[in-house]
Amino acid sequence: MIMLATAARVLRQLRHDRRTVALLLVVPSLLLTLLYFMYDGSPAFDRIALTMLGVFPFVIMFLVTSIAMLRERTTGTLERLLTTPLGKLDLLFGYGLAFGLAAAAQAAVTVGTAYAILGLETAGNAGLVVLIAVINAVLGVALGLFCSAFARTEFQAVQFLPVVVVPQLLLCGLFVPRGQMSGWLQAISDVLPLTYAVDALLHAGTTTMWRDLTVVSGAVVLALILAAATLRRRTP
Amino acid sequence: MDTAIEVEGLVVERGRRTVLHGIDCAIPAGRVTGLLGPSGSGKTTLIRAIVGVQVVKAGTVTVLGLPAGAPGLRRRVGYVTQAPSVYADLSVRENARYFATLYGLGAAAADQAIRDVGLAGATNQLVGDLSGGQRSRASLACAMIGDPGLLVLDEPTVGQDPVLRAELWATFHDLAARGTTLVVSSHVMDEANRCDRLILIREGRIIADDTPDAIRQGSDDLEEAFLKLVRTS
Repeated sequence: MIMLATAARVLRQLRHDRRTVALLLVVPSLLLTLLYFMYDGSPAFDRIALTMLGVFPFVIMFLVTSIAMLRERTTGTLERLLTTPLGKLDLLFGYGLAFGLAAAAQAAVTVGTAYAILGLETAGNAGLVVLIAVINAVLGVALGLFCSAFARTEFQAVQFLPVVVVPQLLLCGLFVPRGQMSGWLQAISDVLPLTYAVDALLHAGTTTMWRDLTVVSGAVVLALILAAATLRRRTP
Repeated sequence: MDTAIEVEGLVVERGRRTVLHGIDCAIPAGRVTGLLGPSGSGKTTLIRAIVGVQVVKAGTVTVLGLPAGAPGLRRRVGYVTQAPSVYADLSVRENARYFATLYGLGAAAADQAIRDVGLAGATNQLVGDLSGGQRSRASLACAMIGDPGLLVLDEPTVGQDPVLRAELWATFHDLAARGTTLVVSSHVMDEANRCDRLILIREGRIIADDTPDAIRQGSDDLEEAFLKLVRTS
């Protein structure tokens, strides 16, 4: 109950910020359209666009969540919440649920644009692509909740994007296929959750996809446990 | 007189600095106790220890018979931090209703608290658009929801106009009359006269713990009495 109320509260905060809502819903579609014209009919567009459908929600929700959680810490609302009957998991899952729903809306718009307007063609169906996008968003939320504990200011929080997100982006197989990377790079790539998230998109509808999604979900649970450990009711 | 809060040998260090040097005090139940001292004296740290969010080095804090911060106290203690800790991007009503849900209460309890702090005319305004004084009253409303047995308020009247300040103090005494224990910190001496009991704190030590009359020692100026206590302590 408290978890649902917390999710509703986070969504209400979002609703009051119309510009953020507009940016969340529209920007990924615009970027995909840009890609469409860049590749100008080349078949590479299908692979790149599909990958980006997983990358956008991950990156955006990571950023949004780290800033939102940092605000809870710096404005004192977190300290106050932790003196109430609210449990740590109510807060973490509340955020996960709220931004997961926001990501579902975003994914619906982006995936709709990609298939209906930009003529994206993939082996797996669009519904599964939305599902994977939402799971990726939740991964971004979970990592954002965890990383916000190590930032004291918004400047620092934003710096976690190059630290936590960009390496995953570089090594996920988007720029250089994983098979062509040297062994040690592949080994690093193997332990980064985004690798599996992107692989799931490329294998949508197969058993490989379900295996990949299991790995990503495991990473979500792990990040949430670590995030819970950073929420202390008593602070120095 | 029953004791609501018992502090024994409380030592708190923040960073390398000792902020509280072995504090002992007992705060009576059903009264308004003022925690007075200059800024930086350790008021907020003592308050944080009472609500159980402060890591303490030594000593014990017992609140309503339980160790401070015990899970059983989370429904019974309302806490207002110094900076208003409400969501600036939600309306007053949305804030109050969210906090009401945390205590398992409905919209009626939230609306009542908003009326109690005199914000009935601003329920649908975003907290971020309110004045500083209104914002801290919104924060206060969220702490009053569900009639907690203990209300701990860190400088709740800063920035309030005199009329509202008088109203808030009347509200505090109403609550005390109904059995609520209130701990109110302030660095404004003229608020001390409105308390049933005073704890004067300076540089992490208690220099007086008595009724306002006793602390004034005949003079009608608390500020003067405070200075006298500082010189003799």
